[in-house]
Amino acid sequence: MHYLIGNLGHFFVILAFVASLVSVVAYWQVSRDPERWNRFANISFLVHGLAVFGVVFALFFIIHNQYFEYHYAWSHSSKLLPWYYQISCFWEGQEGSFLLWMFWNVIIGFVLIRTNRDWRPSVMAVVSITQLFLSSMILGVMILGAKFGSSPFMLLRDVIDAPIFQTNPDFIPEDGTGLNPLLQNYWMVIHPPMLFLGFALTVVPFAFAVAGMLRGKLKEWIRPALPWAQFGTMILGVAILMGAYWAYETLNFGGYWNWDPVENAVYVPWVVMVAAMHTMIAFKNNASALKVSIILVISTFLLILYATFLTRSGVLGESSVHSFTDLGLSGQLLIYLAVFTIGSIWLMVRTWKKIPSSPSDISPYTREFWIFLGAATLCLMAFQVIYVTSYPVYNRIFEFFGGTLNLAPPADQVTFYSRYQLFFAVLLAIFSGTGQFFWWNKTSPEELRNKLVTPLTISLILAGIVFLSWGITQWQYILLLTASIYAIVSNVFIFISLAKSNVRLSGGAVAHIGISMMLIGILFSAGYSKILSMNHTGRAWNNDFPDEVNQNNLLLFQNEPRQMGEYSIVYRGMRKLTKEAGYVDVNELQETDFPNRVTVFQTLSEKLIKGDTLTLANFENSYFQVDYESTAGEKFSLYPRVQINDEMDMIVYSPDILHKWHSDVYTHVRTFPDPEQDPVWSETDSITVKRGDTFFVNDYVAHFRSIEPLKEVNGFQLMPGDVAVKVIIEIEGEYKNYLAEPIYLIRGSEIGMLTDQVNDLAVQITILSIHPETNEFVFGVGATQKEWIIMEAVQMPFINVLWIGTLLLVIGLIIAIVRRYREFRLMRDKAME
Amino acid sequence: MKTTHIIGILVIAVAIVLIITTSGDASEYLSFGEAKQLADRGSKTQIHVVGQLKKDSNGEVVGIQPSPDMLSFSFAMVDEDGREQRVFHPNPMPTDFMRSEQVVIIGGYYQDKFVADKILLKCPSKYQENEVKL
Repeated sequence: MHYLIGNLGHFFVILAFVASLVSVVAYWQVSRDPERWNRFANISFLVHGLAVFGVVFALFFIIHNQYFEYHYAWSHSSKLLPWYYQISCFWEGQEGSFLLWMFWNVIIGFVLIRTNRDWRPSVMAVVSITQLFLSSMILGVMILGAKFGSSPFMLLRDVIDAPIFQTNPDFIPEDGTGLNPLLQNYWMVIHPPMLFLGFALTVVPFAFAVAGMLRGKLKEWIRPALPWAQFGTMILGVAILMGAYWAYETLNFGGYWNWDPVENAVYVPWVVMVAAMHTMIAFKNNASALKVSIILVISTFLLILYATFLTRSGVLGESSVHSFTDLGLSGQLLIYLAVFTIGSIWLMVRTWKKIPSSPSDISPYTREFWIFLGAATLCLMAFQVIYVTSYPVYNRIFEFFGGTLNLAPPADQVTFYSRYQLFFAVLLAIFSGTGQFFWWNKTSPEELRNKLVTPLTISLILAGIVFLSWGITQWQYILLLTASIYAIVSNVFIFISLAKSNVRLSGGAVAHIGISMMLIGILFSAGYSKILSMNHTGRAWNNDFPDEVNQNNLLLFQNEPRQMGEYSIVYRGMRKLTKEAGYVDVNELQETDFPNRVTVFQTLSEKLIKGDTLTLANFENSYFQVDYESTAGEKFSLYPRVQINDEMDMIVYSPDILHKWHSDVYTHVRTFPDPEQDPVWSETDSITVKRGDTFFVNDYVAHFRSIEPLKEVNGFQLMPGDVAVKVIIEIEGEYKNYLAEPIYLIRGSEIGMLTDQVNDLAVQITILSIHPETNEFVFGVGATQKEWIIMEAVQMPFINVLWIGTLLLVIGLIIAIVRRYREFRLMRDKAME
Repeated sequence: MKTTHIIGILVIAVAIVLIITTSGDASEYLSFGEAKQLADRGSKTQIHVVGQLKKDSNGEVVGIQPSPDMLSFSFAMVDEDGREQRVFHPNPMPTDFMRSEQVVIIGGYYQDKFVADKILLKCPSKYQENEVKL
């Protein structure tokens, strides 16, 4: 038992909690007596930060050293897990993810302390309050009979009430239960840290806004907060897309976005943050943007808290495909949410009258007008999603007051949300295309007309070409496509003119080109995804069903090609992924005592020599080789995967994707024969043949090649008087020839028959009897069902446009961040922050 | 009236329209009995039903029928009111299906047959372990 590290970890948790409380008070006192409190406040936050690092270190130490006496290590890790997935174990549990969030807050806090002078105490006071709440989530102490937080340093015996602990309290399990197979993916190593960095970053603009209201500096907060808001937008956006890419590559739903409540819960704050960032930029020229900015910045942070509540309280239980467990923290989360909501509303109400606003009206011929329209559209987008995602919350509230409400999310979430979001996206594209033309300030109607004519004409021509060549007929798609092309063209115009003058200002144009490309990528990959595996066999399983019941899946028997659109496809059998030789047929490999090591059954090539030991990348994984050949002669193989995790009793399928420049071919297996179930063999046919004869087994041509007398059978020496022969039969398969080698053994009056199976051909051969007088052999031939898979294949056109657009968005935001940060630094150094 | 106010009023108006139209698309958690009544009245909306798979006295799942081509299957489900219903699903059986503790199906009646387009499963062992294996 390693008590020390756990006690140390727990000590650091309490220290972090106490130090954050001290920081809150100390930073608060700085405003009264800076001389006395400034240094102390910074030191207390430093102590808090170091304590958080200590907690992180202790938890990782426990996971890395496989101390399975700790519940966290036992339930999230296992012995054979590679080191990079041990990192994922860290945040698989809720406690670890809160810790990750705190960790980022600390880093951000350190940066804020370094980069700010005048704003430091007030902003850090707010950051410290969030840290106080977050550290309470992992406190794990009982106060007045109520549990506060859930500690990651609980011993297994204190969490799980197993009988073994009564007899042997020092019992340590041999192995942990392992990481959820779905999370064993490299995206899951980097997506959560990005996501929580995004979460953490929303606190910075919030802290500046709150500090601004507290200090009466109602507009000065915008400048220092803006680069942070942009950085947060970038990180959270990238994190969301990483999550989408992980889902695309790992989960089996056939896409990258499913409008699941978990996805919506982060999408909404991001959209609002984008709106906030825009109104903050607009504030420079129009004071009316200030009130909106304050509301949006605060909403972003509250929505992050709300998202945390939704995903961690178990309230989504029935409406999400993701599984959530309630750690008993929902009450605490609700308090957290309530304190911040009520606190910020109270602050806003108190200062509302004092917040400056522009007395003059806003003209449609200014950039700010279009920014306002865009921000309004973004807010409506967010509202539509969060209103529906919150249905389970309404149900709970009704229940709380004794009523019943049975609202369920829309049956087809993807169609439902896309229908609305598409129209808002059209508006966004139009606004972002047009707004950019009012670069400096007011433009007259004539000037605008002159500026707009060329880009508008080019866009219409381009859009016309695209929808004629693609045969796009849905008017919604035509609208979105035209609007997006218009946004790209007009922003390219802006970019060119800025590139000539000052490229540092071109962030907005680049980001807008990126986002419009993303819209086009989404439009094509989702709107025009084509199910290749549409079932045309006409063997409807039940004639009573309406046509809407889709038949998107295809049953493939091993080595039996099927035509699927332009492709001829064939399932070639199951493979294992080895480190030395890539994909190898399972039938060529023999298991060893070590689960991740196998030996080669017979020599296949220079790389695969009989008896060689190979290492499996992950022994739980098996791959289904599916060969594609198009009518144009293009050939490729895809290897969709199944991961069978006995420990968690989970079977997880993952797709394999062929990336072509213009489209992706996405293939995933839905099901395959249960490996635990033994095959059912048909009645044995008996065939009488002589050496050299050719005969049929299960419709395959077979040749009786030779007879070999044996000295040993399967490694056992024969006794004197024993007779054993092996017969070698070569069977011509579709792709290669197989050898079947049944054995016949006589010991005294007893007869032994050793059957040999050829898995790929689903046949087995037994020597039933030998007639030496006629040189005839009687073979028993049995057949079973061939190996099969049921798979779905989907073609997603132009998905790369989405990823390239994402990249441009990031580049654009980086340019913008650099620009705004320089502005802030310049003013700060002039002591005008 | 200032332009910003007009934008504000527009936003509120659109938000109200959104609430009204999206509410029309909302589904409901119903029992099979209620769903049947709804379908008999000619409603085509898809609904959610929460329940469990039918089990025999030994706790074994009963009533699963795969289609001959294995591309779809049907099963017996018992809703929270205890009413049993055969449910057809046009996809192969989800892997964790037999082990599910609770099933949520999304679908509706087509000519007296219940077709579930989607199945959500709650599996007990997925994220929380409660036993220590020796």
